[in-house]
Amino acid sequence: MVEQVRKLLEKRLESAEGLESLRQSILAKRDPQRTCISVCGGTACRAAGAEGVVDAFLDEIERRELQVKVSLKETGCHGFCERGPLVVIEPKKILYQQVKPEDVEEIIDETIVAGRVIERLLYVDPTTNETITYEPDVPFYKKQTRNIFGVNGTIDPTNIEDYIASGGYSALSKALFQMTPEKIVAEVKKSGLRGRGGGGFPTGRKWQSCLEAKGKVKYVICNADEGDPGAYQDRSLLEGNPHSILEGMIIGAHAIGSHQGYIYVRNEYPLAVRHARIAIEQAMDYGLLGKNILGSGLDFNITINKGGGAFVCGESSALMASLEGKIGEPKAKYVHMAEKGLWEHPSLLNNVKTWANVPLIVNKGADWYSKLGTAGSKGTMIFSLVGNIVNTGLVEVPMGITLRQMIFDIGGGIPDGKKFKAVQTGGPSGGCIPEQLLDTPVDFDELTKLGSMMGSGGMIVMDEDTCMVDVARYFIEFLKGESCGKCTPCREGINRMSQILSNITQGKGKPEDLDTLQDLAEVLSAGALCALGQTAANPVLSTIRYFKDEYLTHINNKKCPAGVCRELVRFSIDPEKCEGCLRCIRECPTGAVTGEKKQPHTINQDMCIRCGACYDVCKFNAVIKR
Amino acid sequence: MEVTLDFSKVKEIVEDYTEKVDSLIDSYTDKKEQIISLLQDIQAEFNYLPQDVLVKISQKLGIPLSQVFSVATFFRAFSLKPRGRHLVTVCLGTACHVKGGQRLVDKVERDYGIKPGETTEDMRFTLETVNCLGCCALGPVVVVDGKYESKMTPDKLNRVLKKYK
Repeated sequence: MVEQVRKLLEKRLESAEGLESLRQSILAKRDPQRTCISVCGGTACRAAGAEGVVDAFLDEIERRELQVKVSLKETGCHGFCERGPLVVIEPKKILYQQVKPEDVEEIIDETIVAGRVIERLLYVDPTTNETITYEPDVPFYKKQTRNIFGVNGTIDPTNIEDYIASGGYSALSKALFQMTPEKIVAEVKKSGLRGRGGGGFPTGRKWQSCLEAKGKVKYVICNADEGDPGAYQDRSLLEGNPHSILEGMIIGAHAIGSHQGYIYVRNEYPLAVRHARIAIEQAMDYGLLGKNILGSGLDFNITINKGGGAFVCGESSALMASLEGKIGEPKAKYVHMAEKGLWEHPSLLNNVKTWANVPLIVNKGADWYSKLGTAGSKGTMIFSLVGNIVNTGLVEVPMGITLRQMIFDIGGGIPDGKKFKAVQTGGPSGGCIPEQLLDTPVDFDELTKLGSMMGSGGMIVMDEDTCMVDVARYFIEFLKGESCGKCTPCREGINRMSQILSNITQGKGKPEDLDTLQDLAEVLSAGALCALGQTAANPVLSTIRYFKDEYLTHINNKKCPAGVCRELVRFSIDPEKCEGCLRCIRECPTGAVTGEKKQPHTINQDMCIRCGACYDVCKFNAVIKR
Repeated sequence: MEVTLDFSKVKEIVEDYTEKVDSLIDSYTDKKEQIISLLQDIQAEFNYLPQDVLVKISQKLGIPLSQVFSVATFFRAFSLKPRGRHLVTVCLGTACHVKGGQRLVDKVERDYGIKPGETTEDMRFTLETVNCLGCCALGPVVVVDGKYESKMTPDKLNRVLKKYK
């Protein structure tokens, strides 16, 4: 016990100089030329089997007694989730993709011991067929500007020394000892940083009102309740570089005079919770959290709260209600949360990505920061590029890049030779953008002009097989389930929209439905209490705006051109292609498919419930969906 | 959601855990506001929220029962009904949706006769859906007892579920 306390006391940093000398001593111990195998440990790579790869490496390194020669590191998410599990061999940065535990012995033999590259594990660019050896040369990475996200792939998120070695907590030390709270707020304001969680509210203005707000008790809150389906950058940051979030929050605490912080994180992100927890413990041990941080006199603690799976809790007042132990219902914001938030005290709430930007602004200055981006949106933004796209993953690009560059140059376009149809941005509050607008630069204001929004940075790419009416119905259905039910326009309005859209997708739509949908949308945006309801109609309005023909085909011709809406689809079997394998007959729940072995089967349309089971199981593409 | 207060069935299960439940609730005496967290701990223990535990929380922590119930029923993560031996969670985030996530829900419904939120009569499976797990590259994703199954098709799902008895 005494020994433990002594060790803890030794770790505790008492001053800015203490932090610097620790950094120097960590760096001195490390040889940048040493071979290091880094395995991506993000949730997607883990789900694809990264943990097995790590175990195999550990076993193999131990068996060959290579511990002296190589080190192994499980890092945060690298972003190229499509090709996981990813393994990068430092210092040369050789990238092996889709690595399996069986490949490990060969990697050790060939690459680590003999210094040769294993061709079959390298990434091949599908557009040029070029084999790429080194990570930075992969087009997916090459065209990004990874100011915030780059560190993720190089550090072990559970080791604070990695973060410190990469320059971590130097912004905190600068903020504490060289900047007054007013100066920090001024710098954040000047940087032009806008909230990365959805609304895009100027961060500096929020900080200013919180700084000026009266009261001894103030709170700092990190919103990690990333609810937008299709967006996972907050999770990846919190998992992969939790200390950068903590550093941002501590700087925020110093700026507004707070002693207590909260991270409100989704229950669905267990790894993010674990890593944030470890990071907080380590920061406490090193005197970067807790009492008298770095000897500056600042006391600040951070508590983690797990959400309960309610989308509306991403809204600031609902999040705070939930932190207070109440149900997550939003409040009318006559007074800003920055003045009267959690337990009626001034509260500074920012999104995970927003917090991660803060150390960068403090370190490099607002002038440097605001050089990147467009007139109204500064810096970089991390997007999740998902859906029907070749290179699924997380990309960080300067604001102002076009949608086309993002989807085709970085994302590699649409897989299986299909055509691009739309990109959905901004989650359930956003909209769908069609092909003719792909050259629009992406920033807060441009996306809003198109009837969509930036939101949390989700970008869901949809190919020609996507039905836009079904997409609108999907989001409205989502919001129907997530509306807290407190205010009438949202509760009833979304419900009514859902009925109308369901009718349209079932062939029961009427020509006047489109007008009714637009009327309801107006009521929602004018009358709903919080942003969930106010923006709920965006997916509907934007799809009506850009894909009206598709709605009309559903309503007038009772057809779904994309073949998605089940009630409007007819399944039949192509006798030329059918091999008579009986598979679909066994699968059909109603006995609608009949036929003899090795003879083409047929579907009885009166009995068919259009479940698509036959279509799903057919190995010969003989089932036609139309 | 309709909730009826019938304690008779759950009493026996919970009594075996009295000590554990008591100490869990007691550890929240100073942080009553973290009731969501407490309910998560309880659910981790029982797989659902037994109703007399909710009553106990209300009595021990002095939180109105109405508030405990409102929190327990508001958040999607909580279940007031016992769940099956295996939890099947189908992701219906946008990326999984455009890649056919709904067809997986339909498949489970067809094969096992349960809709999202329901449990098979033999308590083998509980089917749930989630709004996004953030594994969009692997979609459509299904999680069975915490294990991620990626790039699922109705056919593959069928094979996976057969392994869970």
